Amino acid sequence: MTTPFPANSVGLVTPHTIHFEEPLELACGRVLPHYQLMVETYGELNHAATNAVLICHALSGHHHAAGYHSPEDRKPGWWDNYIGPGKAIDTNRFFVVALNNIGGCHGSTGPRTENLATGKPWGRDFPPLRARDWVHSQARLAAKLGINQWAAVVGGSLGGMNAMRWALEYPDRVRHCVVIASAMKLSAQNIAFNELARSAIKSDPDFHDGDYLSHDTLPRQGLALARMIGHVTYLSDELMGTRFGRELRQGTFERGMEQPIEFQVESYLRHQGDVFSEVFDANTYLLMTKILDYFDLAREYDDDPVTAFRHALSKFLVISFTSDWRFSPERSREIVDALIAANRDVVYANIESNLGHDAFLLPNARYEAVFKSYMDNVARESEQLLRNAG
Amino acid sequence: MLRVELEILKDWIRPASRVLDLGCGDGTLLEALTASHNIEGYGLEIDPDRITACVQRGVNVIETDINLGLGHFQDDSFDTVVMTNSLQALLRPDRTLAEMLRVGKECVVTFPNFGNIQARAYLGLRGRMPVTKQLSYQWYDTPNIHFCTIRDFEVLCRDLNIRILDRATVASNPVSEQLMGIWPNLFAQTAIYHLSKPPTGLSSSDSQNSPPTTP
Repeated sequence: MTTPFPANSVGLVTPHTIHFEEPLELACGRVLPHYQLMVETYGELNHAATNAVLICHALSGHHHAAGYHSPEDRKPGWWDNYIGPGKAIDTNRFFVVALNNIGGCHGSTGPRTENLATGKPWGRDFPPLRARDWVHSQARLAAKLGINQWAAVVGGSLGGMNAMRWALEYPDRVRHCVVIASAMKLSAQNIAFNELARSAIKSDPDFHDGDYLSHDTLPRQGLALARMIGHVTYLSDELMGTRFGRELRQGTFERGMEQPIEFQVESYLRHQGDVFSEVFDANTYLLMTKILDYFDLAREYDDDPVTAFRHALSKFLVISFTSDWRFSPERSREIVDALIAANRDVVYANIESNLGHDAFLLPNARYEAVFKSYMDNVARESEQLLRNAG
Repeated sequence: MLRVELEILKDWIRPASRVLDLGCGDGTLLEALTASHNIEGYGLEIDPDRITACVQRGVNVIETDINLGLGHFQDDSFDTVVMTNSLQALLRPDRTLAEMLRVGKECVVTFPNFGNIQARAYLGLRGRMPVTKQLSYQWYDTPNIHFCTIRDFEVLCRDLNIRILDRATVASNPVSEQLMGIWPNLFAQTAIYHLSKPPTGLSSSDSQNSPPTTP
């Protein structure tokens, strides 16, 4: 029998909803009385549970990190390039857990899900979150899955912040922390881009101050514009130049011809925005960008990242990409410098790429070589721990 | 690096100390020192394949262009900063040496001795830039752009007010090994130096800069 999926794909996967009845106290002081997480897992957990890897998603990510939901799916999960049999995160060796975080809009408790206290969707009343809230909810997920210690917690961008917070909140439950295209805190410029996106959403007349669901409408225009702004910052000038250049989609500059002109890049961006605005929730977008903005790794550690990382017990892999200007290599290097000063084991690679911030999702031979080499050692260690467990 | 270099170098590293290896290559040295001395080691490297090799060995490798300085590291943040066989490939060896002694309490530097008789003969008799087994590049494609001799290096140390704690040399054959004791600059193939900052309170004129006798 032939399978419709590539041989190095995890193939057909099914997400699961996991319910948590224990109230979750949030950093903001409010309490989520109960919540659910949308989760996908790939590979098998060994009997000593030494081979579990947690995948932390970025701003617009979710639980569907690898494989396909149906044979008709044209695109696999968002990190399929790096999760699968024989890939960097090798599902023949690891038990991989990917989830949609609380506050998300892909099935986990968030602005779109029903608030049982009111019988209506949470909408704008969903409590503000911090990365540490994600960590605590993920820790409960780990407990439920029988995972006492992650072989690795892995994340890119916002997911990298999530991963670093894990290493500080539960030091003895993380053996390796993989931080890709991330930062210890956003720069003013980075916050500014997020504020542009939020302003775009809020200025949509259909936003209704976040209460759009009660008005039976969606701020599609605003969300699409927010995504367009974000998308530009995730690509590099060079990439947009080679992919679109000044090519026209319609119209002409010929004299005597008056036609509306549209550049390819305009049409591309609009398409990206439109698609996104159909599948994503505006309140989630606001919430996620604020988690990004508020994240400051060392805030509770006298603003000293070295002091912060002294609390970590895990080893670190830090990766950045040369053309990433949203989470520039300098930000990654700050993480590395703090880790070295804190006497923590760390590997750092700055991968040559012209793909901008999105490079962390895309195929790249060198990125893969470093990532896979590191994860292979993590897998060997997991297997050794399994043997020791008998 | 040669096994004999490693053995010499090991004596200058304290157990459980913090070591920074500039141009750490495939991580062999850091791996060996971790095994023998239980060091907390970090290596700086720029070559992608060597970085991957380090990762495979489980060595802490940090992708860094040493030529841009060591501004990422605090003063005295390492016990020893090591650099084996990279001095001659640097844009400004003098600046890197100064940086090494800022970041490390002590330094270990090894480099090929271009004052070696084979190199001299190659240039002197054949009239061509030396190409040896150890340094197998042609003049136009070599990454080694700043060759020096043992004497050159010691002059630089004097000028930079660097204190030479120890010097060892390695020869390529038994005859050279005998003669190296008398004429190190003529017969040593590789020089290995153990360096530190001048003792505090001494000015550059009276700091101890005379090289010790070759072991």
